[in-house]
Amino acid sequence: MIYPYIPHTDEDRAHMLEALGLSSIDQLFEVVGEDLLLEDSVPIAHRRTEDEVQRMIDSIAQRNIRGIPFLGGGCYDHIIPSTVKALSSLPSFVTAYTPYQAEMSQGLLQAIFEFQSMICEITTMDIANASLYDGAHAVVEAALLMVSAKRGAKKVLVSETIHPFSLKALKTWALGSEYEIILIEEVDGVSDLSSLPLTDDVGGLIVQSPNRYGFIEDYTAIAEQIHEHKALFAISSDPLSLAIQKTPGQWGADIAIGDTQSLGLSLAFGGPTCGYMAVKQPLLRRIPGRLVGMTSDREGRRGFTLTLQAREQHIKRERATSNICSNQALAALMTTIHLSSLGWAGMVEAAQQSYAKAHYLAHHLSQLPGLYVLNAHPFWCEFPIVFTDAKRMRKFLQELRNEGIFAGIRLSALTRRAEDELVLLVAVTEKRSREELELYIAGAQRVMK
Amino acid sequence: MSKILDTLRYSKDHEWVRIDGDKAYVGITDHAQDELGEIVFVELPPLGERYQKDEEISSVESVKAASPIINPIEGVVLEANEDLDGSPELINEDCYANHLYVLGSFSQEDYDALMDSSEYASYLASL
Amino acid sequence: MIEPLLIEKTKAGRLAYCYPPLDLPRSFDQEFEHLPSHLTREGSARLPEVSELDVVRHFTRLSTMVHGVDNGMYPLGSCTMKYNPKLSEEIAQMADFTQIHPLQDISTVQGCLSVMYNLLEDLSSITGMVWGSLQPCAGSHGEYTGLKMIRAHFLKTGDDKRTKVLIPVSAHGTNPASAAVNGFDVIEIASNKKGLVDLDDLKSKLNDEVAALMLTNPNTLGLFEEDILEISKAVHEAGALLYYDGANLNAIMGKARPGDMGFDVLHLNLHKTFSTPHGGGGPGSGPVMVNELLVPYLPKPEIDLGESGYLFDWSQEDSIGKVSMFWGNFLVFLRAYVYILRMGTDGLRAASNHAVLNANYLAKKLEPYYEIPYTSGIMHEFVISVKNYKSEYGVTAEDFAKALIDEGYHPPTVYFPLIVEEALMIEPTESESLESLDAFIDAMIRIAKKAKSDPASLKGAPYSTPVGRLDQVKAVKDAKLRY
Repeated sequence: MIYPYIPHTDEDRAHMLEALGLSSIDQLFEVVGEDLLLEDSVPIAHRRTEDEVQRMIDSIAQRNIRGIPFLGGGCYDHIIPSTVKALSSLPSFVTAYTPYQAEMSQGLLQAIFEFQSMICEITTMDIANASLYDGAHAVVEAALLMVSAKRGAKKVLVSETIHPFSLKALKTWALGSEYEIILIEEVDGVSDLSSLPLTDDVGGLIVQSPNRYGFIEDYTAIAEQIHEHKALFAISSDPLSLAIQKTPGQWGADIAIGDTQSLGLSLAFGGPTCGYMAVKQPLLRRIPGRLVGMTSDREGRRGFTLTLQAREQHIKRERATSNICSNQALAALMTTIHLSSLGWAGMVEAAQQSYAKAHYLAHHLSQLPGLYVLNAHPFWCEFPIVFTDAKRMRKFLQELRNEGIFAGIRLSALTRRAEDELVLLVAVTEKRSREELELYIAGAQRVMK
Repeated sequence: MSKILDTLRYSKDHEWVRIDGDKAYVGITDHAQDELGEIVFVELPPLGERYQKDEEISSVESVKAASPIINPIEGVVLEANEDLDGSPELINEDCYANHLYVLGSFSQEDYDALMDSSEYASYLASL
Repeated sequence: MIEPLLIEKTKAGRLAYCYPPLDLPRSFDQEFEHLPSHLTREGSARLPEVSELDVVRHFTRLSTMVHGVDNGMYPLGSCTMKYNPKLSEEIAQMADFTQIHPLQDISTVQGCLSVMYNLLEDLSSITGMVWGSLQPCAGSHGEYTGLKMIRAHFLKTGDDKRTKVLIPVSAHGTNPASAAVNGFDVIEIASNKKGLVDLDDLKSKLNDEVAALMLTNPNTLGLFEEDILEISKAVHEAGALLYYDGANLNAIMGKARPGDMGFDVLHLNLHKTFSTPHGGGGPGSGPVMVNELLVPYLPKPEIDLGESGYLFDWSQEDSIGKVSMFWGNFLVFLRAYVYILRMGTDGLRAASNHAVLNANYLAKKLEPYYEIPYTSGIMHEFVISVKNYKSEYGVTAEDFAKALIDEGYHPPTVYFPLIVEEALMIEPTESESLESLDAFIDAMIRIAKKAKSDPASLKGAPYSTPVGRLDQVKAVKDAKLRY
């Protein structure tokens, strides 16, 4: 009896049982006890061959429908060079464990070191970790860092304009805890930072740019204000936008966070993605997650190793400031390969084309009656349009759907509020061809004119 | 055999305290530094802050462990041993000559409640 | 063999990738507003400027300096480094899954939702729980989520005195860390002479301030907690809940179910038990499964099957909210689902049977050479102590680990669990054949002999790797974390 992925033959089993002085494998399970031991196995389907599984999956896959995605909301359809898939599929990268045994994991450790370095360069910060689960997790870890770093800190200020799902994750974190999330309201689509309630018990402020609408925010003089109150400043950004936009480091932020999905990761129904966090030097001992450092061996050869592990859960246990263990290593590797393939010039090109194409579409849509493009602020890659009438909006979405276009995301899908239903977030990346843009415009014109 | 000085008093968390006039010097014992291994970083407490007895006040890190320093007596942080910034391994070299921080306006009651050298020796033997 | 950093191979002007030119009308180029200067980035980022072949050679060479399950045996205790099926990898790269956006209209993602719903159904059957959520991205994330649900439950019932979580001293570090992050105080439970939970100690610490007991079963010593039903009874009688850390589920799939043992909530590690690849440290997936009591608190949205198909249900008022950006690591679910389809009901049971057989066989063969402090009731993993080698020959667990590298193996887990001195935790998994196990045994015997005859050679190991033992102290004191 040969089972999938289990190499033992009847002979093997007999030999091993003999070595153990047993007659049946069941004897090894006697310790479980009669009350708990299942007679038959669990009630799931019988096993299938590879071919049967492939057929089944093919029919499931056919129930997914692909379209031209003008969809954003924290997940973007960017061009990914073929090097990313090819190199991140190399079997030893895929099937390796966390590189705790440094000497035999130099390849992986070096790749993570390069990831950390590139994140620092892009965000203009000093230290980056080896990744977090995703952008929402990065925001939560930032909040956790803020309250741990300042004695007596119980509150974290968070702008309403961050991704609604990140905000939800923050609220979940605060649930049942001694900490409080104070919402900073939006005015006109951007954070209203005019009167920040910076009391002594505030650990810091978290904002996002481009924000949830795609607007670029202005943080002039914010860092100074926050630092005066001995609090920390965190900015969440799509890392690709930092090719054009002022960086968290340049705004004087202490913490840069976000998601590297836009750098080399496919849409994949939202997962896996890859969170990042980079901080300024003074926060070295507070940054959560794994860190890879450069060192040398006894012969003076350069090598890499997981370092500063004393901060992590496997050593500090209940005094660890975070509980993270596994992260998103392979996804971070994809980002590293992606960035290595694009170089800075490529990153700038992708960012500029996204900017230009988004503005092109926005410009043409703004000419149409029955909707208005919110453009009170500079935007990158994504912008909101507001419909005046729900029926027209449905027609708009359906017409474009008929052309194979997913026209945008209702804001209500993110905020879960009915009043946001008439707001559509439209994302345009460098991957959208001229043809696709004209198709969108033509369809929109047919419905709205 | 762990080194214990007669002139000091000790806490269950392996800290020692030495009074010098109106200042209380706090450090970690030989047992503690031995358990930690080579010390690579000491997080010093902020000056001017009052810490309660048994409050976590600092942290000492080696490659394999990070140990919290539990403040043994209530007081206000007057000084922190800056030498440890560049040379944390001084604690391994002589843990009694190299304190972590100095408290002022400290609680005499808390100090009296600490173990003397023979009590600490018995405590170590019981671990 | 040092592979330079890619940035060290930079040559100004080199390009690995070219974008198609921006093909918007010339007139538009002049029209649109560029970003005002005070919002614009200053300066550039130092990223490599290399050719595509440079990129390919760089990462290909790096991959030769990594050891995966595909390279050789990986007996890492508590990690379940079993074979990652190639079929799962192929399916996880299908464009009909990778090109689906998480926020597409629900009618266009029925395939993805079908995978997730069916996976939840199978996981419920396998664990004996009622339902769950696939949102958490890793085991410790699952723990965080499960503990958060427990907290929410007691807040709802007005029982907010329950601020403590009991955790065995042998537990994995993420257990107390996850509890602490959720604001719980951690109380340690001692182990008895058999290496199991000390029932008396547990009962003495159970009271109306305890929210939960966190357990792994089998525990981190690879031993089945024989008294689990009594433990469950005691915990529930004290009004607390029982949490199962699913890291060791590979020992009991198809043989026993945590739900039957009385666990109220658990997390699974798809990247352990369900063979999704470890990827060098992620992405994994840590679904939480619950009994009826905790269903209302599951993260939202839940996945439901309605008349017109699958849908996301955001309506649960008592849900703890969101723990991930979107719906979890979908491509990982896909792989786990494929694995379950391939193994089926008798395959999963066979996996556990053979995982336990393999571990017991190894333990039996190594016993003459290595001390195994807890030998009764070993399941899928066991712990060796080399403290006698340390005291007699000065050879530590770390030295044994490094010596194994020279034998071509990834070492077992070392220095864990904390209750065993100079510990090496070995988990072969069901993937390893008899020949593979025998070769490992031979290697371990060779090292044991060398420890006695030439301890110094072990202290200098490994010799066969690109670098020798690295200066860990320098890595901390002189931390260089970026180029």
